Amino acid sequence: MTIATPRVGVITFPGSLDDRDALRAVETMGGEGVDLWHADHDLRGVDAVVLPGGFSYGDYLRCGAIAGHAPILDEVRSFADRGGPVLGICNGFQILCEAGLLPGALIRNASLRFICVDVFLRVETSQTTITSELVPGEVVEIPVKHGEGQYVATTEQLRRIEDEGLVVFRYADARGEVTERANPNGSLDNIAGVRSTAGNVVGLMPHPEHAVDPDVGPTGGQPLIASLLASALAGASA
Amino acid sequence: MSASDEPRHRQLGLADDELERIRATLTRDPRPAELAMYAAMWSEHCSYKSSKLHLKTLPTEGDAVLVGPGQDAGAVDVGDGMAVVFKMESHSHPSAIEPYQGAATGVGGIVRDIVSMGARPVALLDPLMFGPLTEPRNRWLLEGVVAGIGGYGNCIGVPTVGGEIRFAEPHSANPTVDVMCVGLAEADALVTGTSLTPHVGSLMVLYGATTGRDGIGGVSVLASATLDEGDDARPSVQIGDPFAEKLLIEASLELISGGLLEGLQDLGGAGITCAVSESAVRAGMGARLDLDAVPLREQGMEAFEILTSESQERMLAIVHRSRLDEVRAVCERWGLQTAVIAELVEGDMVSVTHRGEVVAEVPATSLVDEAPVYDRPRAAPAAVPDPVDDPALLPYEGDLLDALEAILAAPNVASKRWVWQQYDSVVQGQTVTGSGSDAAIVRVPGSMKALALSTDGKGRFGALDPYLGAMHAVAEAARNVAVSGARPLAITNCLNFGNPERPLVMWQFAESIRGMRDACLALDTPVTGGNVSFYNESGDSAIWPTPVVGMLGLLDDHRLGVPSGFPEAGLAVYLLGETFPELGGSEFAETVLGVVAGRPPELDLDRERALHALLIEAASMDAIASAHDCGDGGLAIALVESAIEGGHGFAVTVATDLPDHVALFSESASRAVVGVALEHEGGFVDLAASHGVPATRLGETGGPRVVFAGSFETTVAYLREIHEAAIPSLLGEAV
Amino acid sequence: MRYRFEVLVTLKPGLADPQGKAVEASLPAIGFANVTDVHVGRHVGLDVEATSEPEARAQVEEIARRLLSNPVIEDFRVLEPAETDAGS
Repeated sequence: MTIATPRVGVITFPGSLDDRDALRAVETMGGEGVDLWHADHDLRGVDAVVLPGGFSYGDYLRCGAIAGHAPILDEVRSFADRGGPVLGICNGFQILCEAGLLPGALIRNASLRFICVDVFLRVETSQTTITSELVPGEVVEIPVKHGEGQYVATTEQLRRIEDEGLVVFRYADARGEVTERANPNGSLDNIAGVRSTAGNVVGLMPHPEHAVDPDVGPTGGQPLIASLLASALAGASA
Repeated sequence: MSASDEPRHRQLGLADDELERIRATLTRDPRPAELAMYAAMWSEHCSYKSSKLHLKTLPTEGDAVLVGPGQDAGAVDVGDGMAVVFKMESHSHPSAIEPYQGAATGVGGIVRDIVSMGARPVALLDPLMFGPLTEPRNRWLLEGVVAGIGGYGNCIGVPTVGGEIRFAEPHSANPTVDVMCVGLAEADALVTGTSLTPHVGSLMVLYGATTGRDGIGGVSVLASATLDEGDDARPSVQIGDPFAEKLLIEASLELISGGLLEGLQDLGGAGITCAVSESAVRAGMGARLDLDAVPLREQGMEAFEILTSESQERMLAIVHRSRLDEVRAVCERWGLQTAVIAELVEGDMVSVTHRGEVVAEVPATSLVDEAPVYDRPRAAPAAVPDPVDDPALLPYEGDLLDALEAILAAPNVASKRWVWQQYDSVVQGQTVTGSGSDAAIVRVPGSMKALALSTDGKGRFGALDPYLGAMHAVAEAARNVAVSGARPLAITNCLNFGNPERPLVMWQFAESIRGMRDACLALDTPVTGGNVSFYNESGDSAIWPTPVVGMLGLLDDHRLGVPSGFPEAGLAVYLLGETFPELGGSEFAETVLGVVAGRPPELDLDRERALHALLIEAASMDAIASAHDCGDGGLAIALVESAIEGGHGFAVTVATDLPDHVALFSESASRAVVGVALEHEGGFVDLAASHGVPATRLGETGGPRVVFAGSFETTVAYLREIHEAAIPSLLGEAV
Repeated sequence: MRYRFEVLVTLKPGLADPQGKAVEASLPAIGFANVTDVHVGRHVGLDVEATSEPEARAQVEEIARRLLSNPVIEDFRVLEPAETDAGS
């Protein structure tokens, strides 16, 4: 019996920037990266889908607003409904929120400035497609680079998110303490990433694809990508 | 601008003798559109008429140089079949009026220059100069420029990995905003004037954004005007759309890799006129241009407006008729508009039609190559610096730790983290070392190699001695690359000066070129291209002569890059090179004594070269743990910066015959501070001796304290706080 | 008939509005210390070709709901239309 290689699709929208970086990270971690195009109605039979970082459509109107109506989002929606692993990174997270696949929204950083810095994240749950290889409470170091990463939601939404355990990552310090100082953008409850109720769709502002190569920075993204590949494989053989 | 009874040619910035030249070439009076074309092409910015004579004296050749000055950018062979394409440009005048868009469009322009050579942009660096931050306007300019660089650069997926920010009073009304872009291409796929073969009848396809009235008169009006004309210049500032630029980058690289083009040019200064005429000259042909084919953003544009518009994010491709459909398909996929606006014809004429009429017929070579070359008069300053003005001769009885703290907090020296955290330094995943170090290190994908990049300008030295100032800029840029373990290969430059019609400024320029030439020859770093920015003055105040150097270096193995901070405790700390009493133009003199005076430090280029050779060899043998250039603030600051960066303190004894403050803060050239593991010490000392570089053991790293034995001591944490807090405090921000 | 509509999109009350706060904080510097509760939103103008004003308005409301605003965090208001010259 051969061991299959999980196929992970990365969608390129006009203005996507970290798409090639996401493909490279997938390949580095042992998966097969597959190019997907925003205008196609075709996921090319992949086992997992990544919506990468960048400035799709220049962030015009609202970040991710226009991309949220892209043709391929129809396929992403059905894929997600079937339980397929879907990961939205930074702009990808924004697109998933705009498309209604994740709760809440991302607005301008509280400082009103773009920030590029390594942050620590505390893992809140292992019940997702990108934290299955981690334990709650674990701390990983990953870069953020965004101008619109402040996570907000209405009071009721936030209550539901917390009650249902939909928070996947919170900004924390190196020891895992969730503090104001550790929060780079003013996100409510230091929320850095959330999941769908079923846990197969996850969005986060930090960039795990930029944290797999020890030559260029911290490697906190390795277990996240590894979890994604494991989830993809599990789905593929199901 | 000027009064409306001024002759049209003068309104456009052309001199009377230039009009005569045009009349002689055309054997008639020029039509209005033709006048506008000449005014743009013969502007200082496009024609380099005041600087060409001097630029010709710079060394431009070398074994590794693939493309020298004269193309959109320079290119250097770095082995493994790869070429590095790089260039620096200024956008100072627009930034003084509208800092965000001025800086943003500066980034856009230089990126397109790199892309038009067939290279993917992989790094940006931004050397910037402002007036003192105690003035609100300078804070406004700094914040706007930084926001613009980030706003544009972050949106196009090119990491900003370096640059520098310096402050000087003369830059108050005249900020300097220079942008350097570095790209990678396969060496045999470079797009140059000779690498592709255009045919008669091939089409010129304009793709990208529509053409509006942006920047009308930009190069001819703004870049050749001093800033007394105020708000009228506002319409000349262009607005950038980084999203469109990103699409342009992807489409262009796809067109090139698909072999679909016979030529590619970006549209910058002088817009369509420049792109069409330069492409024609390179092809050795003429062009027939139809302005009605140009997609417009505004109604009722006149011929001269369409011809000289500087609307952003546009490229001009030369396409064989048989490939037009494929080119259109690629552009459509990326959502870009295409328009066939011209075709290549036999002969030399650029003929332009608009609304069915011929509005211009001029020889292409006349526009592109026959602008006047001026040998403007030069005159050295009347006053020779009095040796008594040398700050090294002034006694200093103050507290040394106080002096160190003052220098550490000085805006030129203090941490610029507030700035570079607003830039994406991570995208493309190849940045080994970003801002905050001596050189940025960026890997070359698919190989073990890495590029080492640094930008340096020594305006304060240039103010005192333009020849030495320019030499120091080259030397320090090369030194910053060498301390990282990389070999300096070649430079680009941005030459920022005042009004060249003033003999003093022209003398400063000529002297700077002379210094740059001598240093580049001695250090074997040819000039592959660059930019001249004149007229940086308002009223009586001109900026200091500020040639800025962008150095390209190569690390054969990126794993052997050397960090600038002390990476561990228990290292031996060495000073390489010799310290002389040289406080002329130093940070100590300006910040502590309050003077900018004296002669800049001597620069012995043989010594400098020996230092670089030692550093490069030591790095290749993995013999040194850290290396940091001695620059602003001299030895003391270099040591403290190494401690702050690496997180490890040190204890040193600086034992010399010099007064303490001179030993600590002299800015003698050709020096570096290195950290050496004890087991490598013997070998390193021998290596230094073999290169003829003095190596003085100062002490060791370790612990949380910074100890200058016999003088003063404090903690790394205390100094780090001062270093980090200075710029945010001046900007009224939380740290 | 061509109708010109304008849509105002604003953040739902109670949500963080960093831009609004920044503007509010800048007002004293230009001499206005008596201004509070500043909010920054978005204005969109559009021409709609339709057979009647109610039809046009219904379309604008759908556009506003589906694209121009994010119902999670924003409200929108369609302003009274002005009739423009028919045809181009």
